[in-house]
Amino acid sequence: MNGFASFVKKETLHIFRDFRTMMIVLLIPIVLMVLFGFAISTEVNNVDVAVVAPNRGDEVSKAVSRLQHNPYFTFKGFINADEIDHTLRSGNAMAVAVFDNDFNKKSALAKDAKAKPTVQIVLDAADVNTASSSAIYLQSVLTENAMSKQTLFNTHLLYNPQLKSAYNFVPGIMGLIFILICAMMTSVSIVREKESGTMEVLLVSPVKPIHIIFAKMIPYFLMSSFNLLTILLLAKYLLDIPMIGGISGIVIISLLYLILSLSFGLLISTLADKQFTALLISAVVMMVPIMMFSGMLFPIENLPLVLRPVSAIVPARWYIDAVRKMMIEGLPLMAVANDFLILLGMTVVLLGVSLKKFNDKLE
Amino acid sequence: MNEPIIHVENLCKKFDDFTAVNQISFDVSRGEIFGFLGANGAGKTTAMRMLCGLSFPTSGMGTVAGFNIRTEGEKIKSHIGYMSQRFSLYDDLTVFENMKLYAGIYGLSRQQTLQSIDEKLEQLQFASEKNTLVGALPLGWKQKVAFSVATLHRPEIVFLDEPTGGVDPITRRQFWELIYNAAANGTTIFVTTHYMDEAEYCSRVSIMVDGKIEALDSPKKLKEQFSVQSMDEVFRTLARRAKRTE
Repeated sequence: MNGFASFVKKETLHIFRDFRTMMIVLLIPIVLMVLFGFAISTEVNNVDVAVVAPNRGDEVSKAVSRLQHNPYFTFKGFINADEIDHTLRSGNAMAVAVFDNDFNKKSALAKDAKAKPTVQIVLDAADVNTASSSAIYLQSVLTENAMSKQTLFNTHLLYNPQLKSAYNFVPGIMGLIFILICAMMTSVSIVREKESGTMEVLLVSPVKPIHIIFAKMIPYFLMSSFNLLTILLLAKYLLDIPMIGGISGIVIISLLYLILSLSFGLLISTLADKQFTALLISAVVMMVPIMMFSGMLFPIENLPLVLRPVSAIVPARWYIDAVRKMMIEGLPLMAVANDFLILLGMTVVLLGVSLKKFNDKLE
Repeated sequence: MNEPIIHVENLCKKFDDFTAVNQISFDVSRGEIFGFLGANGAGKTTAMRMLCGLSFPTSGMGTVAGFNIRTEGEKIKSHIGYMSQRFSLYDDLTVFENMKLYAGIYGLSRQQTLQSIDEKLEQLQFASEKNTLVGALPLGWKQKVAFSVATLHRPEIVFLDEPTGGVDPITRRQFWELIYNAAANGTTIFVTTHYMDEAEYCSRVSIMVDGKIEALDSPKKLKEQFSVQSMDEVFRTLARRAKRTE
């Protein structure tokens, strides 16, 4: 095993000597988390709301005061109905809540009365995502309490009531980063040895080829585990994701996903002879499908029907789904057994195929 | 110790219709410097790969260091050293780290490792560059270090595949001193080269043409046989017969 240990050491040295790449790999999760967590957000935050209320009675005041006390909205004052367009265009407000003339009167009536109180919400939809989530949240704020029994619809937003987009992105980032590091970096590192000719010398040495491969996987596995730790810490303390279900389940399924990604890397390394090819395969076969088909950016339900089966063979889809459930809904690992088993099956198949291909290739 | 360290009989390697190595037979004795010559595409590398246990022969048999090349490839690997023209060390590791890696791969103990490395560095008079990154060394030095690494574990036989390609004449001369030194210590050298002056340094030389060995003897006798003045002429006379193109 002496040979194996020196090999792991050598691989670790390679990573440390390429200091820039190492820093990029270690910093990617942090940068992405901060970017998606704060900068790129579709969530309701600091939305300026103006109100049109011809008759300002009790019920209207209550609703407005709820608005004023809500940290996600800023009340910009009352305006007249004919100022709505101007207010929105000038950017003084992003949303305008228009109360019905008889809002108070109708609110006071019984639940089953025919005339129901109505509020019209007018939004600047230039930013579609923010507009639609603001609409839902604004509705729920205005119709809280007394009114809820009478309003036409009453949306409950569970688990992520503020529609924080970071909640959604964290599992996506995890799904992407691990495959990036484990599959892409490992395959490039194996192919680099083929390209430089050192692989040949290693094959003439008594080291078993499979030991070479495992020795390469170990440092990348550790690096990804470190990233997992960073991501979980950032998620908990920076983005305040509650993770009430505990992290053990998330860690277990993540480790499985790491092994799967490593097998992917091995498979790519058997297909490519040049580092560039390995990179290209990684980008085309992994990155794009993950972005498009995993539910990271777009909901799978929104995919055209013919493309939906494609998403089923993208491992990241199952991983991201499981992590979302565990991280945001706080479900235990048992509740995502379905995802877990699918990932496990994929890992077994991938590892088997890539090991076989690797051995075939040697002869 | 008279039994040959390499013994090959009717070794063949076919890739589909193409016969890369066609029924070659030869012996190499211990301590010899055996020159394995041939034009590009003559089948040298394929033959060498079979001897190193990297490629399985289509037919024929052979032993290297007493092990069967068909069945005991793994055992052969720990008794041989190998160095190829394509530079085989890691640029981003230091001279010392490269040496330590291969010492570890060949299963040397900690003490053996340090001792061997010290010896090699002293032989190369290179102790001061121990912690230099290999990537920063000139090519000639890289190749000398690579040779030291290939012989670090004191193999019985070392295979050198065009070890001096692209190296200046002075460094080539120094390189061959290293080879002589190793041979004097009992290591058998199996070397391919395109430099005919180097062929003159070998104890015996074989010349491959189109997958077959066309000539095999000491450089002196080969020159007599073809009644020419240099190995260069011997080689050109034979290589001209080749029908195969690269």
